[in-house]
Amino acid sequence: MARPTAPLIPRPEGLYCPSGGFFIDPTRPVDRALITHAHADHARAGHGAVLATRQTLDLMAIRYGEDFTASRQIAEGRMLIGDAQVSFHPAGHILGSAQIAVEAGGQRVTVSGDYARVANPSCAAWEPVPCDIFVTEATFGLPVFRHPPPAGEAQKLLASVAAFPERAHIVGAYSLGKAQRVIMLLREAGWDGPIYIHGALAAISAYHIAEGVALGDLRPATDDSLKKADFAGQIIIAPPSVFDTTWAQRFPDPVLAFASGWMSVRARARQRGVELPLVISDHVDWPDLTRTITELDPAETWVTHGREDAVIRWCALQGRQALPLHLAGYEDEASE
Amino acid sequence: MKAFATLLERLAFAPQRSAKLRLLAQYFADVPDPERGLALAALTGDLKLRAVTPSLLRGLAGERVDPELFAISYDFVGDLAETIALIWPEPAMPPNDTDLPLPQLVAELQRTGKSGLPALIADRLDRLAPPERYAYLKLATGAMRVGVSARLARAALAEYGGLPLTEIEEIWHGLTPPYLDLFAWAEGGAKPQSAALAPFRPVMLSTATDLEALGALDPAEYAAEWKWDGIRVQAVSDQGKRRLYSRTGEDIGAAFPDLLARLNFDGVIDGELLVRRGDAVGSFADLQQRLNRKTVSKKLLDSHPAGLRAYDLLIWQGEDLRALPFDARRAALQSAIGGLGDPAIDLSPLLAFHDWDDLARLRAAPPDPVIEGVMLKRRDSPYLAGRMKGPWFKWKRDPLVIDAVLLYAQRGHGKRSGYYSDFTFGVWDGDELVPVGKAYFGFTDEELRDLDRFVRNNTVDRFGPVRAVSPTRVVEVAFEGLNRSSRHKSGIAMRFPRISRLRDDKPAAEADRIETLRALLPPEAP
Repeated sequence: MARPTAPLIPRPEGLYCPSGGFFIDPTRPVDRALITHAHADHARAGHGAVLATRQTLDLMAIRYGEDFTASRQIAEGRMLIGDAQVSFHPAGHILGSAQIAVEAGGQRVTVSGDYARVANPSCAAWEPVPCDIFVTEATFGLPVFRHPPPAGEAQKLLASVAAFPERAHIVGAYSLGKAQRVIMLLREAGWDGPIYIHGALAAISAYHIAEGVALGDLRPATDDSLKKADFAGQIIIAPPSVFDTTWAQRFPDPVLAFASGWMSVRARARQRGVELPLVISDHVDWPDLTRTITELDPAETWVTHGREDAVIRWCALQGRQALPLHLAGYEDEASE
Repeated sequence: MKAFATLLERLAFAPQRSAKLRLLAQYFADVPDPERGLALAALTGDLKLRAVTPSLLRGLAGERVDPELFAISYDFVGDLAETIALIWPEPAMPPNDTDLPLPQLVAELQRTGKSGLPALIADRLDRLAPPERYAYLKLATGAMRVGVSARLARAALAEYGGLPLTEIEEIWHGLTPPYLDLFAWAEGGAKPQSAALAPFRPVMLSTATDLEALGALDPAEYAAEWKWDGIRVQAVSDQGKRRLYSRTGEDIGAAFPDLLARLNFDGVIDGELLVRRGDAVGSFADLQQRLNRKTVSKKLLDSHPAGLRAYDLLIWQGEDLRALPFDARRAALQSAIGGLGDPAIDLSPLLAFHDWDDLARLRAAPPDPVIEGVMLKRRDSPYLAGRMKGPWFKWKRDPLVIDAVLLYAQRGHGKRSGYYSDFTFGVWDGDELVPVGKAYFGFTDEELRDLDRFVRNNTVDRFGPVRAVSPTRVVEVAFEGLNRSSRHKSGIAMRFPRISRLRDDKPAAEADRIETLRALLPPEAP
């Protein structure tokens, strides 16, 4: 476990910085929270003060209402909090996502939050932040996870639409980040017609468009003037939870697709009752995760939520110092 | 190989038969010879490759991957070939983007000896991308597991070429991969001539009827016989070549060497495959012990001997009888079976009856438990391929019914997406409900909406896609019989269960008890 003199220490609420008096991505309400990104398991409502990127603060306000925190501050440049130097750097995960660099007691820690290194047109690209201690997620921290190029997955979806023109295609995608990523992939693949979206995506997608992410022609999937047959050959994006609801009954013989890094494992895809698994992830896969550790070459690697055991084993094989951080409360399922 | 890998992936996840047919037909249209023919053979199980064993695969993985990382990964993925396909390290020199052709991969697997296989497979895994690695390993291990039967694969070819499935089945056993002549026929060429001995002939099938429908027919025009509860087969012996086919043209002879040895004739007999112990007929569960085996032990041959109960004669001593009326074929069958003098190949007796009520009485009290109804055959009908309404009818005994309590529900697919349409039901065992079966049809669309609503409003627990519901809803379940099963907790496996009625008039406490079902079980095999 992390030493008591460390710049960050795990507490039940989350990672705590004693010299700055703040938590990073706390899972319970605290006085001061630094938040890497707006996914629900990292960004919770009810803190006393929140420091995050402008986009993360905006997205939290959209999801939780303007009163999600007592006070808020936009992260800009190098900031001094207590005795800690803090700065935010793009993580390439979703719009507004950041890694948080903390310098305290002569040590530099980078908390990567959730991150991805594959180009994602719906957010800024990941950048390397040199550090002594690198805190990495391990959502896909198993050597079996090697995400294929996402453009190929979009082609797979379009090929299926062409093969089953009389059916609708419902793509299950987490409403913040993944949904917009899928839409951008479809646009890049040449699908310039309307894309129908579930109500849960509406406000978040509109915010992406306002931030300059060209999502194109989005229409509500619940337009009452449209009949069931009108959705033949159409693509609908919705949170995966709709697979189990009556909502899916309004579409003709739908092909259920699911955009997630988990889809590369058949048992996972079957468990979800998916007909068209699409391996589209906004997390690092195994090669990118191990490459990042190699490139940053930190003195220590701390591994949080996901498959800690495999990443720790890999670090041991490489002769690298690594520790599991057993932080409770992060989901590896919902955010994918 | 890329196209084949994509096909396997789509097939594995396509829940509906119609979608699988479409995907296969599309593949046949898109992919040239000989690749498509080899893919067809891989799916029908006709690609005779040396089986690559799991231990060989484990050995390969052990040379490339840290054992602990492999163990953690295998534990997560749950399938050996899939784990290896996913975890196989990308070679330092990335493979160029050229696709390794399926025919090349098949040919080298066929000609490589056991000692050369590990090096060959490792080299190919180095050159293939993950989805192709998975398809390659499934090909090499011979277990496709994509939910496509040989018959479905042939049906897709029929759909692709607009050909009658029965005609494909008729010539199938004379053809060999990569089936160039078959694809040429599908694309407008000549029908291949099968030169093989003992080919399969398309089987004549019946449609269902009942007393009301029979009222419009003249009993004098029909012959009646028992419908035996075994497996409909075609026994062929042709110049010494002997084969036993299922009604869809699968060669199942390897599991029945005892019956093959008895086919001392030259001809084609249509009949029912049954387990026979002297005059007694074994239950369907007895017969199941003999099915789907590559080899069969001496012990099983002694305890579960196979026999044939003859229904019809298609060809006898070189003469094709199929165009003759039923009565004439029956007379020929009678003399043919009599001439064999083998008690294990006997005649299915005709039933004497004057009118339909007469036959209804016979049907209500069959002399043997291994009878599942009566068959009616128009006396003047020739033997025709396929299922057409009129010449032959099956009048099955009434289904058995129980009242059971809904326990679990699972979401359906395709048109039933978003509906809970797959139900597990149970009966009382003491004061506990034990699951005894699963049903996903039998109800009307309106009843489905009703059940779906019930599931949503009465969910008490969730396990992945399965919902446990409050055990309050009673349904009537119809089924065709029971088998003993060691795989089910209740020890019972239902045949063909379906939800025949919603019993909202009945409280759960009055649903049936397990003892009722146990009383219906066939006697235990000796």
